[in-house]
Amino acid sequence: MSLSDPMLEKRVRELVTPEGVDLRVVLADASERFGAFALDIVFIVVALIVLSIAAFLMAMATGGTGVEFIATIWILGFFALRVFYFTFFEMQPRAATPGKRIMGLRVAKRDGSALTADAIFVRNAMRELEIFLPLTFLFVGGEAVDGWIALFALLWCGVFAFFPLFNRDRLRIGDIVAGTWVVHVPKRVLAGDLAAQPPSLAFTREALDAYGIRELSVLEDVLRQKDPQTMEAVARRIRHKIGSQDGLRDVEFLQAYYTALRGRLEQRMLFGKRKRDKHDKS
Amino acid sequence: MESLVLKSHRFRAEREADWKKLEALLDRFERGRGSQLTDDEVVSIPVLYRSALSSLSAARAVSLDQNLISYLESLCTRAYFCVYGTRSTFLERITRFFRKDWPTAVRDLWRETIVSALFGLLGAFTAFFLVRSGAQWFYAFMPRELSEGRDPSASAKDLRDVLFDNKHGAEGLTFFSSFLFTHNAEIALLAFALGFACCLPSAFLVFYNGLTLGALYAVYFDRGLGVELGGWLFIHGVTELFAITLAGAAGFKIGWALAFPGKMERLDGMIKAGREAGLVMVGVVIMLGVAGLLEGFARQLINDTIVRYSIAALTALGWGAYFYLYRPAR
Repeated sequence: MSLSDPMLEKRVRELVTPEGVDLRVVLADASERFGAFALDIVFIVVALIVLSIAAFLMAMATGGTGVEFIATIWILGFFALRVFYFTFFEMQPRAATPGKRIMGLRVAKRDGSALTADAIFVRNAMRELEIFLPLTFLFVGGEAVDGWIALFALLWCGVFAFFPLFNRDRLRIGDIVAGTWVVHVPKRVLAGDLAAQPPSLAFTREALDAYGIRELSVLEDVLRQKDPQTMEAVARRIRHKIGSQDGLRDVEFLQAYYTALRGRLEQRMLFGKRKRDKHDKS
Repeated sequence: MESLVLKSHRFRAEREADWKKLEALLDRFERGRGSQLTDDEVVSIPVLYRSALSSLSAARAVSLDQNLISYLESLCTRAYFCVYGTRSTFLERITRFFRKDWPTAVRDLWRETIVSALFGLLGAFTAFFLVRSGAQWFYAFMPRELSEGRDPSASAKDLRDVLFDNKHGAEGLTFFSSFLFTHNAEIALLAFALGFACCLPSAFLVFYNGLTLGALYAVYFDRGLGVELGGWLFIHGVTELFAITLAGAAGFKIGWALAFPGKMERLDGMIKAGREAGLVMVGVVIMLGVAGLLEGFARQLINDTIVRYSIAALTALGWGAYFYLYRPAR
């Protein structure tokens, strides 16, 4: 996933730290949000099943005398899971439920200030409107109320449930009210520097001016993925374009060209010229 | 022509150790072992964070290594959330909530609270007079499963028994009170969340809550049991009805900010209203917990109307003084 990806570029938002550096956070998209939520629901249901089994076993063990106590624990446990599961996990340092952690997401304030406990409570209290209310209409609608009324109620609630799909920042109602959004904070690994060695081949000025920054980052991806077929194809195209007649292996050639090209582009960048791509003639 | 090793490579080699150090500290912090970091390590995080930030700005200017830049962006973002995240501990937060935030938020909501209370009273009076004018109205207001035989066809003795009979016994009380608490808390959360739809559903929910109350009261009033019912209701009802009224008020606050944003931008107004209303709602859940305890235990165990009324008066005074008389420093 390179930052030159245009789809990703649309989800990048400015987050300027008090030190004046823009961190360029990436917003979570609707599918990731939904995935995280689905995972959380699975965890909640599993926790409920475990809770029920434990309650049942305890009831068996006490021979029925502790039933009332166990039922109390169960009903409070159910309530705590429903209301406080999200709130509890989002108050942790990572500000994310287990589902969000797996998807590499976290909750943050839109204005970049500290995430407060109040904001977390509000954004999750709104779930009552977004998720549980539509579910109620979905399941009890048939018997208790007239079918048509249930249908209209469901549609009306659906407006809230699908709200994130209708705005640019993928905000739920809870996010709007609490002033939060959900951003990507993937843990990235610092891979080795591809330009650690000086280039093993000398290139002419013309050969190095054939490409720009976008091509350089594609070349970086190719070199990091190390797929022999892709490397062969890319090496052939570059050799053809710059007319190189070297006898190096594809990897060595690409490595050398990457280092030399990056050196050239970085040097020009220091003099104030970013050569965007190969069409950027200057 | 080019220097042998790239400048951006040297740049990276010189700073890499600091980044790794910061990354290791963040890993430990995020795993929730923040308390296990030594003082020196805690102090070093902001320093390392600032140097990572300046590395990021420099890297954007001198390096074209995508992996390096995205690594630094992710590292700085994580460190940013750590450094500028919530600093107060959970305990400090709780103390501040009870000492200052909660009563202040409730007091600031007084206009909405009055409106919400009026809707509830309107519901109660409407149902009271309608049921007294014709008993069949009762069934329109009261869902059958809630009335448990307390309807106009019941005899005065039956109605009286419900008020003073411990049919649940001391046995069923913990379960009963936890059930009441969760049931009421969900209704209050709903009353709040519905406020988003321009106040109307919140108003209706509070009004409807008043209707059931008024209908029940009318039935008992007709049999001369009005005073006794008052004790039965208000021992926990003062707390519970107050909580539901506040939940409705919090819903109004949000709905009003959405419908009539005034001078603020609609979104900013919502955020401000949401913050205040959220504080009130945390408190509402706590109040309902108290109400559930009173309803499950105190009401079933105390069968004397005068004692019931004095407990009700005590809770009314307590909440009133806490919210409206107690003035914490702003």
